[in-house]
Amino acid sequence: MFAIRKYCLFKVLIIGLLSLGFSTIAFAKDHDPLKVAFVYVGPTGDAGWTYAHDEARKYMESKLGKQVKTTYVENVAEGADAERVITELARAGNKLIFTTSFGYMNPTLKVAKKFPDVKFEHASGYKRSKNVGTYFDRVYQGRYLTGMVAGLMTKTDLLGYVGSFPIPEVIRGINAFTLGARAVNPTAEVKVVWVSSWYDPGKESEAANTMINMGVDVVTQHTDSPGPINAAEKKGVYAIGYHSDMSVYGPKAHLTATQHNWGPLYAAKAKSVLDGSWKSEDVWGGLSDNALDLAPYNKAVPKHVRAVVDHAKSLIAQGKLHPFAGPINNQSGKQMVPAGKAMTDGEMLGMKWYVEGVQGKLPK
Amino acid sequence: MDIDFIANILFATIRMGTPLLIVAIGELVCEKSGVLNLGQEGMMLMGAVVGFMIAFHTDSLFIGFIGAVTAGALMALLFAIVTMHFYANQVATGLALTILGVGLSGFMGRSYVGEALASADFQIPLLSSIPFFGKVLFSHDLLVYISIGLAVAVYWFFKSTRAGLVVKAVGESPESAQSLGLSVLKVRYLAIVFGGAMAGLAGGYLSLIDTPLWAENMTAGRGWIALALVVFASWRVERAVFGAYLFGFMSIMHLVLQSFGLSVSSNLLATLPYVATVVVLVLLSRNQQRIKLFAPMSLGKSFHGAH
Repeated sequence: MFAIRKYCLFKVLIIGLLSLGFSTIAFAKDHDPLKVAFVYVGPTGDAGWTYAHDEARKYMESKLGKQVKTTYVENVAEGADAERVITELARAGNKLIFTTSFGYMNPTLKVAKKFPDVKFEHASGYKRSKNVGTYFDRVYQGRYLTGMVAGLMTKTDLLGYVGSFPIPEVIRGINAFTLGARAVNPTAEVKVVWVSSWYDPGKESEAANTMINMGVDVVTQHTDSPGPINAAEKKGVYAIGYHSDMSVYGPKAHLTATQHNWGPLYAAKAKSVLDGSWKSEDVWGGLSDNALDLAPYNKAVPKHVRAVVDHAKSLIAQGKLHPFAGPINNQSGKQMVPAGKAMTDGEMLGMKWYVEGVQGKLPK
Repeated sequence: MDIDFIANILFATIRMGTPLLIVAIGELVCEKSGVLNLGQEGMMLMGAVVGFMIAFHTDSLFIGFIGAVTAGALMALLFAIVTMHFYANQVATGLALTILGVGLSGFMGRSYVGEALASADFQIPLLSSIPFFGKVLFSHDLLVYISIGLAVAVYWFFKSTRAGLVVKAVGESPESAQSLGLSVLKVRYLAIVFGGAMAGLAGGYLSLIDTPLWAENMTAGRGWIALALVVFASWRVERAVFGAYLFGFMSIMHLVLQSFGLSVSSNLLATLPYVATVVVLVLLSRNQQRIKLFAPMSLGKSFHGAH
């Protein structure tokens, strides 16, 4: 009996203390920083996708200083676990939550319904609601430029692409890379090998090896591990990375990479929440928004190549060059985009065919 | 299709098959002694991460490999203690070992993600310049030859040594073995630890030689494949070796066929290694009598004899 009473007293004390805490929080609301949370699918040190998001988080902190306070949770599995984590973050008082993987789409929407005063930003998704916005970067612009680098550096005119799964996002990258390469080297062709995985270093590197054995001398990838870079380094050919600068895995091979640059977008989103102008929208940021960039060039990339690519980069950023501007033929030579026209965002998002210059058939 | 191309495929086959071969041989010895250890994946990952960490700091692949083997062996020792002294269920303990290995390796390797090793190449000087055979047989990493040597040694061990007979006896009927004065626990300890050491070695092969980097879960299920290989090979060394290389060959063909422009779904092709290996090995071992002859009778059962 005594023990129970003591316990009750203890509870009252805690509740009292807590409410005291809450009231002080409420009192100091105007001066409190905006709490921003991030949900990551991998470890922050993956040298790829998650790493890029975490760099952006740090960028936001450095830009907005004491106005924001950030937290992150890494290695969150897509699905039910994600819903739990996002709920916890919303409950902990975060007012802006970035969920940075495609599989978080439905959990984000579900949690957002329960927390109408919290803003959510979901990367790479297509479903939005009143308090859920989506964003992605125009990776294809970087693919086009790295395709130019590859087209100018190849001696065999045969380029290799390690693919994960034949979905529009990946096909768009392959096509942009091919168009970029053929813009500077009309005889260049691209071989594609699918590894049916986003992440298997051994298999990715073996896929690169297979293509290198068939005469490919520049390899690039739409998978997440540095396996292909590693394979290229061992075989003495070139490689182009993705997600972030992967040159540490192939100091001689790594020519450049398409890098995400989420920082400016994240800072802008936080600012809009701070000044109350945030609205749910779909942002597809490109070079003009500084949403992506190329990694530093390798020493092996000569000046004239850099000049050509940098020029194209500034044209794309100014909106004067569109990677998917016609005329574009498909593999059988049929014109898909007429001269003078460019593909719309909708057409690019649903791309399910290869452009001329890609070898092999697109798997169904 | 020229001869160089075939040489390249065979070369890659051996490289893809080697980690499977190493794990399968280790698990085969372990199972022959009557112990089923499902923790291969966990032991491999621990071997991979510890090997990488040590090689990264010492700049020595050799010391890295010693670390990898030790890590695998220690994990196996844990399994041995739990299953043989506390009589824990082998299947449950093995699964727990895998979960532990996946988590612990991810935790330990956290700050090593994104680091690279200088990749070392090892080639046999004169022999590797022989056309075709030089490329296929003599230009691999040292570990490939060690793995073949180990397979031959294990084959010989079971075929013609007394110690091999002892291991088999313990796996068939530990009670009878004990009544003959053999130490069941000692034999099983050695077999389990050997299995763990091999899994660690295979993990090291992945993180130090095959793709010299550490990434969480980089074994990508190879431990499970090796486990299945042992069963489908009906516990015979030569078939496990054959199965490992067959799997490697089919994995390569998945990639090679695509680069030829074959218009079959890549997802379907990706199942090729699994389907082909299972079908071939099952056909090889379809004789029930023969399977019984080679399968350890007391596999997976705890031994409650006196210590």
